[in-house]
Amino acid sequence: MAETTLAPPEVQAETLLDSNELVLNMGPQHPSTHGVLRVILKLDGETVLGTDCVIGYLHRGVEKIAENRTFQQFAPYVDRMDYVAAVSNGLGYCMAVEKLLDVEIPPRAQAVRVILTELNRIASHLLWLGTHALDIGAITPVFLCFREREEVLKIFENYCGARLTTHAFRIGGLQYETYDTFEKECLKFCDLMEQKLKEYHDLLTGNRIWVRRTKGVGILNAADCKDYGVTGPLIRAAGVEWDLRKAQPYCGYENYDFDIPTAETGDTFDRYMVRMEEMVQSCRIIRQAVDGLPEGPIKGKVGKVIKPPPGEAYVSIEAPKGELGYYVVSDGSLNPYRVRVRPPSFVNLGALDKMCRGSLVADVVAIIGTIDIVLGEVDR
Amino acid sequence: MASLIKTFLLTDLLKGLWTTFKNQKPSKVVTEQYPLDRPPVAERYRGAPRLNTHPETSETLCISCNLCALACPEQLIVVTSERNPETKRKDLTTFTYDVSRCMFCGLCEDACPVDALELTQDFELATYTREGQIWDRQMLEEGPLPVRYTH
Repeated sequence: MAETTLAPPEVQAETLLDSNELVLNMGPQHPSTHGVLRVILKLDGETVLGTDCVIGYLHRGVEKIAENRTFQQFAPYVDRMDYVAAVSNGLGYCMAVEKLLDVEIPPRAQAVRVILTELNRIASHLLWLGTHALDIGAITPVFLCFREREEVLKIFENYCGARLTTHAFRIGGLQYETYDTFEKECLKFCDLMEQKLKEYHDLLTGNRIWVRRTKGVGILNAADCKDYGVTGPLIRAAGVEWDLRKAQPYCGYENYDFDIPTAETGDTFDRYMVRMEEMVQSCRIIRQAVDGLPEGPIKGKVGKVIKPPPGEAYVSIEAPKGELGYYVVSDGSLNPYRVRVRPPSFVNLGALDKMCRGSLVADVVAIIGTIDIVLGEVDR
Repeated sequence: MASLIKTFLLTDLLKGLWTTFKNQKPSKVVTEQYPLDRPPVAERYRGAPRLNTHPETSETLCISCNLCALACPEQLIVVTSERNPETKRKDLTTFTYDVSRCMFCGLCEDACPVDALELTQDFELATYTREGQIWDRQMLEEGPLPVRYTH
């Protein structure tokens, strides 16, 4: 028998005790990862020691597509990034190109943009609430949320002819004039929403199971939020009053009276409360915008062919999920030279590992839900 | 003490259950019985394309200006025409529209100067073959064959 050259591995006591560490794949087909996110979990029993995100399953190369389209032709593609909040994406892109062109947007167009964007914020938060509650185990809210979301989608359908990937705005203003009952329907929806929010609070806010599953789970404090560049409801739940609609007003948001809801600890329950309150504030903005809807033209002075002068522009807006930025570079031709998107979901997802460490496997599901990611936007 | 009583009486859970129960009323059912009960779509709905013809003479309204083909982000419209020596205008010969690649953004509709190309309210575009998704001029003018449901 030949003598073995392999030395026996040095076994130490700690390694022996740690030998039941488990690496587990969650996703990409897991329903609670909200699409095609794959999370590699390192577990010690039920405790999460670390996570690693694998993204890119929904990569379509949207930024590259932009280089082969004209400025107008690229507008429908941005709807397909954050498809839950397509109107906000359209607004960000249009505003970036308008900044390059240096055109004035008529006040009526701005007011209609605000109304539709805020409606979309409510629709996005409703979808988040339904799916987040469903992940945690509350099945009823998803049906109620989708019922109310349907009303928003009906307004979108009546306004621009599409429900999800709306392509509602055009560079320079709007393509479509509002329809006859637009104002009435928006106000009716605000009334309905305020009534229904009470139902959601009855279902969840006081519920002991909900509270135990969310309180103290996935804490991300203000300092960590700033380190990771996290924006949106996540940083507001940590107590930082940061909202681009107030911090650097765009699209006439300085004319509306609304509050920035904040919370203190930055756990999952706080983020839930912040988003619920944001829906109330959105209703307030919609009411003010509808009441003061000015008459006038809906499109600024832009030609049929859009050819911005060479230069670059960065515009960031407050999308439902956080700061959504568009960086557009023009070389003076019909096509953009480069379009770069700063997606809120992608940046917020970076903090997942920080939030998950030390929590349980079941909490990972709650934490992914509370970040409110849309994989179309993460992967682009 | 009050919170302890509330904990034993399960008020928080009962409140939620009551909300769920309240929504059981048959008048609150929102399910649509498609395809038996067809929902109305909005007037501005962007669905199947149509090439409009003159209502009396049934001549095409299209002036073969090719603007729709240039506006389309997916470049799925192909327009061919030939110069008419008498009127000195372009006469439309073929018009091809690949519905399978269309994302119904409505840019072609906006580009059309004579309202010839229009996106209609028809949303049932399924076919058995990929080739069936490529609509020629006749199909665009007359619409796809009407769908009948049997069960």
